[in-house]
Amino acid sequence: MQVGCDDGKAMRGVQEQMSTASQAVRNEARPEAICVQNLHKSFGQHEVLKGVSISAREGDVVTLIGGSGSGKSTLLRCVNFLETPSSGRILIGGEEVRCRPDGTPADRRQIERIRQSLGMVFQQFNLWTHKTVLENLIEVPVQVLGKPRDEAVAMARKLLDRVGLKTKEDAYPAFLSGGQQQRAAIARALCMEPRAMLFDEPTSALDPELVGEVLAVIRSLADEGRTMLLVTHEMKFAREVSDHIVYLYNGLIEEEGPPDQLFGAPQSARLQQFLKSVS
Amino acid sequence: MMRVMLQPHRIVMLMIALALVVWIVLAGNWSWLPKYAPMIGQGIWRTVWLLVLSLVIGFALAVPLGLAQASGPWYLARPAQAFCTVIRGTPLLLQIWLLYFGLGALFPSIPWIRESDLWPLLRQAWPYALVALSLSFAGYEGEVMRGAFASVPRGQLEAARAMGMPRRKILSRISFPLALRSVLPTLGGETVLQLKATPLVATITVVEIYAVTSRVRQDTLIIYEPLFLLAAVYLVLAGIIVALFRWFEGRQPRRQP
Repeated sequence: MQVGCDDGKAMRGVQEQMSTASQAVRNEARPEAICVQNLHKSFGQHEVLKGVSISAREGDVVTLIGGSGSGKSTLLRCVNFLETPSSGRILIGGEEVRCRPDGTPADRRQIERIRQSLGMVFQQFNLWTHKTVLENLIEVPVQVLGKPRDEAVAMARKLLDRVGLKTKEDAYPAFLSGGQQQRAAIARALCMEPRAMLFDEPTSALDPELVGEVLAVIRSLADEGRTMLLVTHEMKFAREVSDHIVYLYNGLIEEEGPPDQLFGAPQSARLQQFLKSVS
Repeated sequence: MMRVMLQPHRIVMLMIALALVVWIVLAGNWSWLPKYAPMIGQGIWRTVWLLVLSLVIGFALAVPLGLAQASGPWYLARPAQAFCTVIRGTPLLLQIWLLYFGLGALFPSIPWIRESDLWPLLRQAWPYALVALSLSFAGYEGEVMRGAFASVPRGQLEAARAMGMPRRKILSRISFPLALRSVLPTLGGETVLQLKATPLVATITVVEIYAVTSRVRQDTLIIYEPLFLLAAVYLVLAGIIVALFRWFEGRQPRRQP
């Protein structure tokens, strides 16, 4: 996992080279889906991220772990500009998000398009309470992406079936359990046919007995090769599904690497301490 | 429901109320009713359309007023706040008079207004009444909508932003429906209050139902019966408003089973 990013121009160069290269090389150099370079983020005087770079190629599952206040959620929320980074570069699918000097996105259209390609799942589910489950799923495809309604409904039903909510399409979110709400929220994100998924502590607000059903859905997404950026406290799950783990401490990457290396033989004392405290 | 109503003390109260109504109807002098019936009908109609139009215009103004205060930049939020404060801080009667006797006296002295196509309208009293009632409702509901927009759960807005919804869509599809849902009970009460504010326009010669009954009292020198009729009319209208809002609230999804 390299830290540097391909930007659009370099990407095209790589693809031209690749056309003459062997199949093996092509697989090795999967295009970069998400790339964050030297990201800083401050809330007033308090610097939460102090220069973080991460990268996820197509099909990668990259998991961010760390204690509370380490900046992992903030980092995830900066990727789709729910938080405005103080400085740094963010590239989605090789396309750099253009920013004004103050860090806010310069082009509203661009940021809306990029957000549509990133399916976000929140800790608190955030389903729209005035709409049924089905209406939640088809809202953006129909209203924003201009998809025909019956097409969107057919796709939504397929996704609801997949997350085990076939019978709940007409239910309002308030009538669902936390686990059902989170699975509906995942289906809602999938309905956008996103390039990558962002999970912000998707099981932290759930009762313990409901965690398993949500993790099963996320695991099935990882298994089908979806690109995912995941913030979680479920260490066992992270070790099983991830291709790459990033341990954040106090706004900086303390250690990163493949899951077996990071969990099996942690180098830094802080990570060893952290893993001891959560297990 | 029926069983609750049929407890002994309730039955006694109902009987007393019924007896009062019967007594008023039987003992009262209602001989004037057939003669004034067409006027009364017109009066009720005028009250109803003044109410409905002022509600529609007032609410249409209240939404941007509330939005500006809840999430607008200061140069929109401050004027909106000032407007709501002034409207809510002064009597409606004063606002009606200032518009009618103030603007109504000013307009005829301005030539281009006298010559405009709107002049036949501006010479009448009802446009001033409608504007005053609408602005008043806008002032009160602007404040209510500010609270409603501020109370829309942040997470649901964030979900909409995270999915790349443009701002206008978020407003029309997410914030506004959620805000409206949370103010429906308040709005029902405020609508009844607005109904009971309408008699004030009788002071600027708009002949709605209150003005009609005043006229009956002056003509016939009958004191109480027209007032009882007036009370009955407002009760029925208020009942209709309450029933409409109940029905509307009943259609909204409940929070928790």
